[in-house]
Amino acid sequence: MRTPYIWTCIAFTVCAAAAGDVFIALAMRRIGDLGEFRRNHGFFAMIARVLSESALFGGVFFMALAFFSNLIGLSWADLSLMGPASAALTFVTNALGAKFFLHENVDKRRWIATIFVCTGVLLLTRS
Amino acid sequence: MRILTVRKYLVLLTVVVFGATGDFFLKLGMKDVGAIDIHHLAHIFAALANPWVLMGIFSLLVFMSSYMTALSFADLTFVLPATAISYILMALLSRFWLNEHISFMRWAGIALIVVGVGFVAGGPSRTEHKHDALPEVQTTEERA
Repeated sequence: MRTPYIWTCIAFTVCAAAAGDVFIALAMRRIGDLGEFRRNHGFFAMIARVLSESALFGGVFFMALAFFSNLIGLSWADLSLMGPASAALTFVTNALGAKFFLHENVDKRRWIATIFVCTGVLLLTRS
Repeated sequence: MRILTVRKYLVLLTVVVFGATGDFFLKLGMKDVGAIDIHHLAHIFAALANPWVLMGIFSLLVFMSSYMTALSFADLTFVLPATAISYILMALLSRFWLNEHISFMRWAGIALIVVGVGFVAGGPSRTEHKHDALPEVQTTEERA
């Protein structure tokens, strides 16, 4: 399979996975610590609370898109390329999404981590 | 800064193990199924009958539930890099089970990603917001 197809598939997977992650993180932030919630209200109340969070379904939708795109990519490329490349690039887009949409404190430590991951991805793509 | 408990580290470990094995099982399944033709993408649904793909989906469901639990007590920008150890697990599975060739450059790339993990894992796990569901105090479990 030609390389442009593989990288288009990785790019699509990355965008869908990042959108899914941001939506799911938003949902879980609204709910709060699931362990605390389960201790205070019980297991079934926790499930009901999770399923009542609308942002979760947006996250699941984008995650499903990322899943099928990843599955197609895995049929074309090695797992040791497809896995780290799509996941690591998702990390970068997630950092941006978390900063601008979730207003997380993406400090110097987390940006340094991002640079290391970007360099790691560069090495993966050149090999 | 919230201190993570043993239970929370176990949740992160579950994310790592099932994330890596999920992708690994999917790769085994897609090796059985073969390459999906670009003009017949609907053939991807036939892959859902493959046992490896089903095991991969099961692993990813466990991954997803532990991942959501992790996101309920930590930032997205903490959870993702903190669980990047799964790249090592995935690379080892690919090398020794699937016999895929992993060049020195790929190993170096994976190593840099892991160093990135080290940077973020030592920092705070959660950005506190006024509207967060939990108050900014340690829980009984965390104090213990």
